[in-house]
Amino acid sequence: MSWEIVIGLEVHAQLATQSKIFSGASTAFGAAPNTQACAVDLGLPGVLPVLNEKAVEMAVRFGLAIDAELGHRSVFARKNYFYPDLPKGYQISQFELPIVGKGHVEISPDDGTTKTIGVTRAHLEEDAGKSLHEDFQGLTGIDLNRAGTPLLEIVSEPDMRSVKEAVAYAKKIHQIVVYLGICDGNMQEGSFRVDANVSIRPMGQEKLGTRTELKNINSFRFLEKALNYEIDRQIDIVEGGGRIVQETRLYDADKDETRSMRSKEEANDYRYFPDPDLLPVVLDQELIEAVRAALPELPDAKRARFSAEFGLSAYDAEVLAATRPLADYFEAVVAAGTEPKLAANWVMGDLSGALNKAGLDITDSPVAAAQLAGMIARIMDNTISGKIAKEVFEAMWREGGDADAIIDAKGLKQITDTGALESIVDKIIADNSKQVEQYRAAEEHKRGKMIGFFVGQIMKATQGKANPQQINQLLNAKLNG
Amino acid sequence: MSLDANDVNKIAHLARLRIEEADVPGYAAQLSEILDLVEQMNAVDTRDVPPMAHPLDAVQRLRPDVVSETDQRDHFQTIAPQTEAGLYLVPKVIE
Repeated sequence: MSWEIVIGLEVHAQLATQSKIFSGASTAFGAAPNTQACAVDLGLPGVLPVLNEKAVEMAVRFGLAIDAELGHRSVFARKNYFYPDLPKGYQISQFELPIVGKGHVEISPDDGTTKTIGVTRAHLEEDAGKSLHEDFQGLTGIDLNRAGTPLLEIVSEPDMRSVKEAVAYAKKIHQIVVYLGICDGNMQEGSFRVDANVSIRPMGQEKLGTRTELKNINSFRFLEKALNYEIDRQIDIVEGGGRIVQETRLYDADKDETRSMRSKEEANDYRYFPDPDLLPVVLDQELIEAVRAALPELPDAKRARFSAEFGLSAYDAEVLAATRPLADYFEAVVAAGTEPKLAANWVMGDLSGALNKAGLDITDSPVAAAQLAGMIARIMDNTISGKIAKEVFEAMWREGGDADAIIDAKGLKQITDTGALESIVDKIIADNSKQVEQYRAAEEHKRGKMIGFFVGQIMKATQGKANPQQINQLLNAKLNG
Repeated sequence: MSLDANDVNKIAHLARLRIEEADVPGYAAQLSEILDLVEQMNAVDTRDVPPMAHPLDAVQRLRPDVVSETDQRDHFQTIAPQTEAGLYLVPKVIE
């Protein structure tokens, strides 16, 4: 039997505000426990939530980026939930009227195809605190610093049909929220979390199978592994004559398996109702237009522009547009007057390689865009060859300084003086009479390869500084003449 | 519409309310009366009336994204039954 996989994802993106969604406590990560949990976050009697305007603006930014219907009037609701990580006894969320309605994103999984994935909705809500289960003699320790951090929960349609598509979608949403500057995207710190709804059905069947929900996935690699494990598990059960139980399952990265969580609360008994402490949020057109005007260029648009404007391949455009800082760096190199393809090669090649090796981000690159552009300009005007440029690049990386100074100090300037090159070529020909004889005796089509020997000797004699085109011309003239 | 003892116990559990078994029939009767009232209201034609999210005809005011709260942990924790290392301690909730 062949099975079709159906996956929908729920992404929780922590919004990069300074203060919490309903209180003036800080959202900074890593503070001492409960030092950023104020009376509102603790749910003390008599407090009232006041909505953070930045959280609203960030949600609008996301909505515009995925071409979504915006909820001109959205309503906060209480989701009843009795866990000490939210001491109020409910989470403030949105239910019937979310701030962001239906939208969509394009994904391109590695296979070169593109597909549109529907986004059902995105709503604002507050994050819960953290429970620590170790070291407290049978008690649980509660840190409420995270309680009240603004979240945008982004819910997809069950549009993904493979693990690859699901991972591509998650990465796409990640790229968008980071590009928009509304989320730092840090998965280790839990700023970007993914839950997956998975089911299988016989190929061709319309009706959806029973789904399970996977939680506790904190990297794209774990998303892939958790989905693969869960799909295999479901197929085994169904092919063995069993039935899938609708439940929430936790992914255990150490064991690489998913396991059932005891049902958290009777699933649909959250008993949402409009929060009487909060009035409906109305987005006026002015705000929406102001946010739209301030939207950065998004990855898809940037990629398309890099291809069209700079003639880059689809692959190069994709790599360079992957993050805003990398794209900005590349554009700064090109803006300094360098040839785009050459700039792309250096940014994606030597520079990215060196950054990877040193574990550095592009924003911490020891070689600034202007320095790299200065060096590429010297390749373009034939002052140095591409090979010598690698040496210049390494020197810039290690010691700083601009390319011209390094070229001067190390005497790396290419020899382009025809007279000087000619005498070197003559000497090499004179010193290697045997090879010259063989060359002249060889058939035409073999000569191309054999000329490499002479080029090599000349490069050795000039420490790589001879201009390769000129040498080839001179050699051809002298050996064939 | 009438609620029985099971419904009342379930609602009490969901709301984490401890109620006396002897009070259950009374609650069942009172809650049923409330539902009867809702039933009466259901008879009104509300096709053109948008659902009301809040009784006040006003919209939410927003506050600027500024950190205005300082750390008052020690103060708050004076009323907590048990704390350790800055954490509030509660009965174990792990599943």
